[in-house]
Amino acid sequence: MKNILAFVFGALFSVGLMVSGMSNPEKVLDFLDLFGDWDASLAFVMMGAIAVAFIPFQKAVRSPAPKTVFNEPIDLPLNQKIDPKLISGSLLFGIGWGIAGVCPAPSFTLIGLGHYQILYFIIAMFVGVLIHRKLAGA
Amino acid sequence: MHDFLIAFLGGLMLGISVVGYLYVHGRIAGISGLIGQVLNPQTVFKTPAIWFLSGLIITPFIYGLFIQPEIELNASPLMMIVAGLLVGFGTRLGSGCTSGHGICGMSRLSKRSIFATITFMFAGFITVYLVRHVTGAF
Repeated sequence: MKNILAFVFGALFSVGLMVSGMSNPEKVLDFLDLFGDWDASLAFVMMGAIAVAFIPFQKAVRSPAPKTVFNEPIDLPLNQKIDPKLISGSLLFGIGWGIAGVCPAPSFTLIGLGHYQILYFIIAMFVGVLIHRKLAGA
Repeated sequence: MHDFLIAFLGGLMLGISVVGYLYVHGRIAGISGLIGQVLNPQTVFKTPAIWFLSGLIITPFIYGLFIQPEIELNASPLMMIVAGLLVGFGTRLGSGCTSGHGICGMSRLSKRSIFATITFMFAGFITVYLVRHVTGAF
């Protein structure tokens, strides 16, 4: 049951990406082209998502022991430190995002849509994850 | 419909998806985090990540049979490989991407995630500026 729901949430996520235009790499690059002919529309994707998520997430954050609908604990990140890893990792991610216009979720959506050349990106992304794990020694 | 409204509607769907994952599975739906779980033999069958990612890939295949969303993917294979490596490595080092930090973290009002989101947006803006307007690759 929970696995099926995870599939449904993934499905809904992909429809959200396709409807909003986030799955279109050129549109993402137009959104990141702040100093050129800026397409601001994708800022509204984030606003829409946060409009829905803000109150439920705040409710979880503010509860001393947040629980799921199955009465299991909700696992929230506790780390509050802004450290060099966070900064350098986010910088590298942003550079990669700006090169291809693709972040992790839309890369999967693009395979589903049959744009198989995105496999170059996905395989490299997996390699990047594994290199990080090797270097982090975990 | 106006671009901004469509983007907002797509964003609402992303919001429902991450709230569902939080309150059913008790976890943050950060796609780079889910990829990390699926690429780890110790966690791949212990978390619902693989189900969420399956929904993310299979749904566009079905959706695409009815509606082909506009997709323009102009990056060369080499650019996609470089971008993929940076995105994979960077999101793990920085503990999140557009979904985990951008949507979930900002909704939690996490200082780390707000900082990370500003950082990767900034890096994306600069990268697109350099690629489109300085090197003139496109």
